[in-house]
Amino acid sequence: MTDTPDTTSIRDAVNQHLARRYRAETRFQLAGLSAVAAAVGILAVLLGSIIAQGLPAFTVHQLVLPVQLNAELVDREGDGSEASLRRGSYSRVLQEAIRAEFPDVSARRDLRNLFGLYTPLNSTRLMDEVLARPELVGTTHTFRMPIADDLDLYLKGRLVEDRTLDTAGALTAQAGEDGVLVQSSEPDFAGLSADITDLVNAEARLLETRAEQARLRSEDLTGTEREDALFEAGRLAADAADMRARAATQDGWLVLNADLPSILVEANGTTLRLTELSSDGRRARAETLLGEAEIDAREDWTLYVVDTPESRRRVSDQAIVWTRALSDRGRISHDFNTYLFANADSREPELAGVKGALYGSILTMLITVALSVPVGVFTALYLEEYAPKNRFTDLIEVNINNLAAVPSIVFGLLGLAVFINAFGLPRSAPLVGGLVLSLMTLPTVIIATRAALKAVPASIRQAALAVGASKTQTVFHHVLPLAAPGILTGSIIGLAQALGETAPLLMIGMVAFIADAPTLGLEGLTQPATVMPVQIFLWSDGAERAFEARTAAAILVLLALMIGFNGLAIYLRRRFERRW
Amino acid sequence: MPDNHPQAQIYDSHSGGERPIKVAARDVCVEYNGKQALNHVSIDIPDRSVTAFIGPSGCGKSTFLRCLNRMNDTIEGARVTGSLKIDGREVNDRAVDPVVLRASVGMVFQKPNPFPKSIYDNVAYGPRIHGLALSKNALDGIVETALRKAGLWEEVSDRLADPGTSLSGGQQQRLVIARAIAINPEVILMDEPCSALDPIATAKIEELIDELRENYCIIIVTHSMQQAARVSQKTAFFHMGNLVEFGPTEDIFTNPRDPRTQDYITGRFG
Repeated sequence: MTDTPDTTSIRDAVNQHLARRYRAETRFQLAGLSAVAAAVGILAVLLGSIIAQGLPAFTVHQLVLPVQLNAELVDREGDGSEASLRRGSYSRVLQEAIRAEFPDVSARRDLRNLFGLYTPLNSTRLMDEVLARPELVGTTHTFRMPIADDLDLYLKGRLVEDRTLDTAGALTAQAGEDGVLVQSSEPDFAGLSADITDLVNAEARLLETRAEQARLRSEDLTGTEREDALFEAGRLAADAADMRARAATQDGWLVLNADLPSILVEANGTTLRLTELSSDGRRARAETLLGEAEIDAREDWTLYVVDTPESRRRVSDQAIVWTRALSDRGRISHDFNTYLFANADSREPELAGVKGALYGSILTMLITVALSVPVGVFTALYLEEYAPKNRFTDLIEVNINNLAAVPSIVFGLLGLAVFINAFGLPRSAPLVGGLVLSLMTLPTVIIATRAALKAVPASIRQAALAVGASKTQTVFHHVLPLAAPGILTGSIIGLAQALGETAPLLMIGMVAFIADAPTLGLEGLTQPATVMPVQIFLWSDGAERAFEARTAAAILVLLALMIGFNGLAIYLRRRFERRW
Repeated sequence: MPDNHPQAQIYDSHSGGERPIKVAARDVCVEYNGKQALNHVSIDIPDRSVTAFIGPSGCGKSTFLRCLNRMNDTIEGARVTGSLKIDGREVNDRAVDPVVLRASVGMVFQKPNPFPKSIYDNVAYGPRIHGLALSKNALDGIVETALRKAGLWEEVSDRLADPGTSLSGGQQQRLVIARAIAINPEVILMDEPCSALDPIATAKIEELIDELRENYCIIIVTHSMQQAARVSQKTAFFHMGNLVEFGPTEDIFTNPRDPRTQDYITGRFG
């Protein structure tokens, strides 16, 4: 009775710590929130950059040309048979179609460049079209083909820095002894000459600085090293002097070359490339790239500048001129890139597609699903529900857990040794890929299934056993359906992992250039194939710039596949959960 | 039934022999991983009556209950010895199929554990796996009878397709009882069937137990001595794995012979 608890002091003690407790809680919540925000932010940046990179690959610029399918070129035997049509010279047909657009081009080298506007592989596509519709022979057929990948990038504005300048004067051009003389009634070229002089001077200054640095460095060196440094300094200084000499106008003329921006003058179907700029800003010397050199006081002309020097880009001025001309004539259309989905891999980026890899992935995953899910689930069922608990089953359990941590390439080695060398299965085949990925996925499925089975309450088992269900009936009627959502989740995690796996497929030859998509069917299982992540890997290594966008596009396709896969899993989970 | 166990006389002397013996245990011992949980229990349980097992936690009453339908088999490391006969047939024998045994010995657990299926499927599950109904109509009949016997029919007849887990706790427990009696067992074991229920649901279950006594041999484990007193005709007191005392319920509660029983029912320990 004497020691009644002092409630006020307890309350004081609680209040004293209360603020600190709440602070700790707030801190924790803030930390969590910022972690989530950071993760979402990074994800957004990642997705944003992939989408920004990949979107251009979903469209393609196509040449739309009328091709003359002359019987003597296409139908060699003249009988319209398939054999005869197959011997046709479709590349000639295409060449003549593009020559018809630019009849002036006659020099061998120019012609080769002209035929470089598209890849020669298109002649096979034309043949396929003719084979599908032999009645086209002898007619003029409108053929669509993707333009060369670099020009496609150029048209998408992703290859060069370029700009179109405003012009004020009327343009006159006349062919003379030393090239074409171009004149504008206003000083339209003045700005350009100033820009280019600045550019040259800036580069010369850079060279001079580097020459000075090399000279200073040489002072600390001895012997041949010193001589080398001095030589380099001298070379750089000479280059700088050369550069400055070029920028200095000779008799009032600034000379342009392939290391400087290209200046193109377009008027009335003619395109001229300026070779020298006059210091008065009104006159220039030029060479003809397209059409007739004679222009008489035209007001409507275009001054088009490609700032990236010709020596530092993959497309020549000539190719740009032809492309722009074709575009003006409506011979180029900007379409959805069906090649990306209808074609398998190709050396030419414009014809390369993900179909082969997509089909390969589908076939491989079918094998993996068909093997790893039933085998994994039943293994887990046996181990969890039936197997006696002893040292041996403990050993098995430990090993299964360890297998989940084995580097995936080891499974590839196993696949090579067992499936290909010992069983003699074909290389690069989805069948072997699926087998290897099944091995890799099995531990994940087994572990997830065991966890899901363990999570089923004992009361359900007891209930079933108590009404006289046998062990197997208990498991299949009650335990397995209740564990199904967990099993599904685990399996999907394992399969998603398998879908994104490259390393084990390296060993069994699925990392290869495969130009034909496997057929979606039983026979496709043994045809050479590759899978999406491998395709991404191969393209990311591609020499052509256009593969860059296609890599990102393939990543988007793979992501879409994964999202679809996970969506299916969520749908199935919901369905199973609703049933119960 | 012929009584050839002399020991049985010791415990059964109070029953007056009105009811035939349904369950006869002799020297039943249970070990869990070498630890003795039940020590030489011998008991004769009469048919068509309620027998209550009381005793403090860990005294072995649930363990003994689980011997009767061999649920101890499912526990790793459990070893049951001794003789256990239901209607004179040995239960504790490897040759006896637990599936067959459990079809005639139903069990109701402490927490209601309906299957996460429809009410109908819960009750129909037993008859289905044992092949008791030859047609859909027959199965419907079995389900209705079982639900009626369990006093649940009026409440669920219009929503048999609803999940069993959507019912209230008391209803779930009656559903579980319906599930147990749907296969028409001879013995129903109840392991603290009301411990998770409120007093009203408890009263309903007790009422139900009283009705079911007409047709079944019911053995109930309970922590509530009032419940034992209310529903049972015979009571067995277990302590530390031993069967201390067994007799008519009135005798146990009004005139216990053993001091441990006396202490327990007067609340001095347990």
